[in-house]
Amino acid sequence: MHQFSQQIFSGFAAGAIYASLALALVMIYRATELVNFAQGEMAMFSAYIAWSLVNGGVSFWAAFVITLVVSFLGGMAIERVIIRPVENAPVLAAVVVTIGLALIFNSLAGWIYSYTVQDFQSPFPDRPVLGALITTRDLGVIGVTLVMLFLLFAFFRFTATGLAMRAAAQNPASARLCGIPVGRMLAIGWGLAAAIGAAAGVMVAPVLFLDPNMMGGVLVYAFAGALLGGITSPVGAVIGGLIVGVTENLVGTYLIASQLKLTVAFALIILVLVFKPHGLFGTAIVRRV
Amino acid sequence: MAPILQLRALKAFYGQSEVVHGLDVEVEEGGMTVLLGANGAGKTTTLRAICGTVRNEGEILFAGERLDRRTTEQIAALGVAHVPEGRGTFIGLTVEENLRLGAYTRAGRPDANMQRMYGYFPILAARRRQQAGSLSGGEQQMLAIARALMMAPRLLVLDEPSFGLAPQIVEDIFTIVERIRREEHVSVLMVEQNATLALELADHAYLIETGYVVASGSAKALADDPQIRRSYLGY
Amino acid sequence: MNESATAVAADEHAAGRYAGLSVGAWRWIGALVLIAFAVMLPFGLSKYHVFELTLVMIYAIAVLGLNILTGYNGQISLGHGAFFAAGAYTAAILMHHYGVPYWATVPPAALICFVLGVLFGLPALRFEGPYLALVTLAMALATPQLLKYFDNWTGGQQGINLVKPLPPASLGIDRDRWLYLLVLAVLLLAIRIAANLLHGRTGRALVAIRDQPIAAAAMGIHTARYKTLAFGTSTAFTGVAGALAAIVVGYVSPEGYSLFLSISFLVGSAVGGIATIGGAIVGGLFIQFVPNLANDISDAAPGAIYGLAMLLFMYAMPRGVVGSLGPWIARSMRLIQPSRPDIQSK
Repeated sequence: MHQFSQQIFSGFAAGAIYASLALALVMIYRATELVNFAQGEMAMFSAYIAWSLVNGGVSFWAAFVITLVVSFLGGMAIERVIIRPVENAPVLAAVVVTIGLALIFNSLAGWIYSYTVQDFQSPFPDRPVLGALITTRDLGVIGVTLVMLFLLFAFFRFTATGLAMRAAAQNPASARLCGIPVGRMLAIGWGLAAAIGAAAGVMVAPVLFLDPNMMGGVLVYAFAGALLGGITSPVGAVIGGLIVGVTENLVGTYLIASQLKLTVAFALIILVLVFKPHGLFGTAIVRRV
Repeated sequence: MAPILQLRALKAFYGQSEVVHGLDVEVEEGGMTVLLGANGAGKTTTLRAICGTVRNEGEILFAGERLDRRTTEQIAALGVAHVPEGRGTFIGLTVEENLRLGAYTRAGRPDANMQRMYGYFPILAARRRQQAGSLSGGEQQMLAIARALMMAPRLLVLDEPSFGLAPQIVEDIFTIVERIRREEHVSVLMVEQNATLALELADHAYLIETGYVVASGSAKALADDPQIRRSYLGY
Repeated sequence: MNESATAVAADEHAAGRYAGLSVGAWRWIGALVLIAFAVMLPFGLSKYHVFELTLVMIYAIAVLGLNILTGYNGQISLGHGAFFAAGAYTAAILMHHYGVPYWATVPPAALICFVLGVLFGLPALRFEGPYLALVTLAMALATPQLLKYFDNWTGGQQGINLVKPLPPASLGIDRDRWLYLLVLAVLLLAIRIAANLLHGRTGRALVAIRDQPIAAAAMGIHTARYKTLAFGTSTAFTGVAGALAAIVVGYVSPEGYSLFLSISFLVGSAVGGIATIGGAIVGGLFIQFVPNLANDISDAAPGAIYGLAMLLFMYAMPRGVVGSLGPWIARSMRLIQPSRPDIQSK
């Protein structure tokens, strides 16, 4: 029983990472109806930036903040330069562009930083607490995720820019008539998503060890989590991510055929989706004829 | 009084097709001008050209500034508020949020403006925290107009405000629009299919047919013209 | 006398005839010329190049399968690599465990992949857009794991080594060229089937379902049946390609059927043009040659070059090469057409 609770809690920690990346995916999807398949690789690249800063003598939290800012600006630049040309093109063209972008980031990271697995020290010590149910490191990860979530929620709910972004995502034509620069809102959206992804990458690097292929599996689970929650719901993304994390952990622990972990985990998630094809909190797109 | 809006030889295009063929239209400052015509005449296209959402050629002058080379957002920031066909409300946001968005281009807190809007449209005050999508058609139209006014615009562009609404609601809305025009000192350019009502309120009118102006003059003159009465007013 | 001659000439122009032959006849001639060229090509190239072109054609068949689904049915699949693997392993298991001759493994591969496609297509109907992407993604991810797990049949991690087929002695050509011609024959058959399918009633129904699903259902098109059949046909094509790949390469192993393969198919489909048949060939060329070119350009970061190529193709031709150039060519053809009397003068 104790092991079961332990697995649930450490599943929450993994789930918090999936939740963060899922949140980034949902943000971009709400604004552009596009799944950014490069989100994971962008997060990985950000983690490398943080690692370089820490190696260069910068304190962890300073490096963290700098990385978030750089990632925000990078995300904005990517939207303006890389995504803008295919914004009005067929969806598949934009999907292929994000896939290409993922390949570019992955390859560049390997080239600049080599494929040797690197050590990344977590700022949180790895001590067990709560009767060995969870470690302080895992708590730290969950804490950072929650803080980010809260800040994001406040931004969208209480600031003028946040409201303008929501409007631009829902109805770009009307937003323009209100004088809202929709293009800039999109860029800010991508910037925020990149920053959230960066935080996820920095949190995961100590756990999975830093290498260019670190985020591939994370992206896949984050994608599943985002869809499980409902691709248009930020709250759903977080809950979905947490559920996926716990499921993955439990399956990994209790499944005899451990080579089939990914298969079984996904099968379970899809089973839920069969009953709720738009996710737990997603709304069906009502098509008016 | 100098015209606040001047369209000179305006052409508008949907893709490759030219839909509006060289219009000359003027809106007097502080006045209400209405564009009349049947479906597909090009009236809505003209409004879209003014706001930069369709390709156009020719001159669009607004208080001395050329609009025809600007983006929609820039045109809005200059003080042109467009209430589009179909209202264009943000149905996923609350009434209050819709109003706040209208004030996006204005510095300072929008609260005073919002109170004034609630004064014109008390029903919106009652529903301020409701999702805009749950409002009735008439209420959404009021919300769309209020949102446009939050910009403190110099020119209010209304596209078919009576569309899909019951006659009593239309009368109410038009009464409020007339009141707003006087009290807010805003010029109004309106496209309407309900010619009778529009001609009662407007100062000037243009009759548009398949992309050309076929008649223009004071609203009274057009309303008295027997040919126009027969074709468009039904008597 | 003069008048009737002019009338005949005007008629000919109006019917779009060039030098006495209709457009349709010219198309046939063009196709025959292309086929003749394709048949003679391997005899002028080295064995390695013949092998590469054979792979191009195999990928083209796979991408053609994906096009049927994505282009004409609007459903995005990230999982066609799974069906490629299913076809490949069907062929490999039949050949290795049951001694079935290589050419006889292709129809069972097609059938099995068709059935699998229908089985997955039925539940997949519930999902739209990114949800379908996730379900197909899961298929692609599960494939290597399942292949390693059932190692009694699949040879697990090691895979299965196959005996490469011998060409018929009577033809007097070597193995690489024989396999090239075999695959070419299957490709031509696939194109024929796809064209018949997509330019006929079925194709129109699929496009209707893609563009206006509610209207299509209201018109009596049995949406569920067509969508499922589209899925099954699509996977059958890709499965055949997989079987051919197993035969030509002579080896199957789980590593060769990773997510990257599914993504390659999707990218190839997009680069060629999703709702086109010619685009499948362009896609096959892209999948086979661009990664190699990328390696030549930069061995430090070939992935970056490959990714960059994807970006540039999508910027230049968002509807794919055939999707973008096709309409342009059609318009140019109208320009060089002899001027005809304006039948619809106002």
